[in-house]
Amino acid sequence: MRLFSSGGALNTFLNWSLVPQQFVTGILNGGTIGLIALGIVLIYKSSEVFNFAHGHLVMFGAFLTWWFSGGAEAGGELFNLPLWAAVVAALVVSMGIGLLIERFALRPLTGQPLLAIMLMTLGMAQLIEGVTAILFGVQLKSNFPALFSPSDVLVIPFPGAFGNAIRLKYTLVATFIVALLAAALFIWFFNRTKTGLAMRATAESHEVARSVGINVSRVFGLSWGIAGCIATLGGVLLATLTGVSLNLSTVVLIAFPAILLGGLDSLGGALLGGFAVGLAQALVQASQRIEVRNATEIAPYILLLVVLLIRPEGLFGQKRIERV
Amino acid sequence: MLHINNIEVVYSDVIFVLRGVSLSVRDGQIVSMLGANGAGKSTTLKAISGLLRAQQGEVTRGSVEWHGERIDNKTPDEIVRMGIVQMLEGRPLFQHLTVEENLRAGALFRTTSEASLGRDLDEVYEYFPRLLEFRRRTAGYLSGGEQQMVVIGRALMAKPKLMLLDEPSLGLAPLLAQAIFQVIRRINAESGVSMLIVEQNAHVALATAAHAYVMESGRIVLNGPAEQLAQNADIKNFYLGLTQADERKSYRDAKHYKRRKRWLG
Repeated sequence: MRLFSSGGALNTFLNWSLVPQQFVTGILNGGTIGLIALGIVLIYKSSEVFNFAHGHLVMFGAFLTWWFSGGAEAGGELFNLPLWAAVVAALVVSMGIGLLIERFALRPLTGQPLLAIMLMTLGMAQLIEGVTAILFGVQLKSNFPALFSPSDVLVIPFPGAFGNAIRLKYTLVATFIVALLAAALFIWFFNRTKTGLAMRATAESHEVARSVGINVSRVFGLSWGIAGCIATLGGVLLATLTGVSLNLSTVVLIAFPAILLGGLDSLGGALLGGFAVGLAQALVQASQRIEVRNATEIAPYILLLVVLLIRPEGLFGQKRIERV
Repeated sequence: MLHINNIEVVYSDVIFVLRGVSLSVRDGQIVSMLGANGAGKSTTLKAISGLLRAQQGEVTRGSVEWHGERIDNKTPDEIVRMGIVQMLEGRPLFQHLTVEENLRAGALFRTTSEASLGRDLDEVYEYFPRLLEFRRRTAGYLSGGEQQMVVIGRALMAKPKLMLLDEPSLGLAPLLAQAIFQVIRRINAESGVSMLIVEQNAHVALATAAHAYVMESGRIVLNGPAEQLAQNADIKNFYLGLTQADERKSYRDAKHYKRRKRWLG
């Protein structure tokens, strides 16, 4: 293709025939990252707490689903639910866990410095990791129930791409669709319902929210409950792609740049930040140079650095309103 | 009828702010509270609305009664449900929400149909036509006067029986402050909402209220019908800036006088 071969210097840098494939894969991966980022933004928006335990909620949610679906080895399983029912059960349990964390770990800290509360979330992360290891063991569970076999591949003809087509695993496409639907549903809830308005009002100012009769502790509890659900859903999507292990919690390390890219307090921004991170990670894979291909982990952070230099509040973050 | 009976308020277990405050607001009445900064006026309002506790404050003695029921141990949302709404000092809005979302937030705790909510919104827009024009704007970008309108409108959305206003004229141009107080009087006259107004601008406060209290260092030092207080020599001197002879006094004399004289020794 002339279009792709006339690049000069860039041509030696990027392997253009891989770009279309990586572009689409990146976007699809970004959906799940965005959904996970959404959960962190939700907590941040309502209580200004940066929840470091979110990745562990993601991981724990995946374990729960795996457990409910009868993944625990041979004979000893308590449950043997179909995947959808296992997901529902895990969502209910993780919502409960979110509520419990808010009620017993965070509410007693009301009025304490923010740093203390954030350290508490770090502590929760360690606690969840330890409990998971004790309950489910530390080894990777590769028998997470799958909807599609890994060989189910969607082939989209695309002249000029490697093999003249883009190949997408059904699983990846499905996770993307679910992530997008969940995010859309949640953003609708947040912006269009009364409860959503109460959450947004609380996010603006706790004292003013109290003064108009909003039960602020209930809003916090609700935020944590919903964040628990979102985390579990994200965990399920990740687990269908990679299997269940304690390492799932490290997904937050790529959710963080997504959040900061989008602006800490923008839900839509978190989602788009997820896409940007997915893209950045996938596109470096299309490079000719092995050094660049190895930079998958740090590519999102380099992108983040550039964006923050230009827009310190992130792409869609709320600017502080200052009237003169 | 709101009745505060000899309350004491302590912040963080050590800071003594109110040392025995008693006051009452009858149904449909406008009552104002005067006093210097730090006298405890805002704390009194927060003791009524229950917002004290979120700031580590506590009513340690005395009682707050609303229609005979004690409310000093209730949470802010329970108190709002009972019909008492506080408007905090400094026009605190939900800055990033639109004007209409701000107003709707005021009615969140009520379970009402969308239709009756619409009627309540219309009522607010009728008091403040400017807000109708700006209903889709981000509230944080409105001018100070318009923000005060949003705050009052948001309180009206709660269908209150008693409104606690903390310095509604703070930082507003005199004409705007007048306009705001006109609406306050109109709301009181038309819907019979009682009001307890904390105000630094003694002229407007005494002209609006039926009854007034003067606070100093956590105590009520003077109270009476507003017209009567407006004639009081000390009020004239300290709050209205006039001497008995109705001529302006030099700042130097006033300061000197103030240093010697306390309200009740």
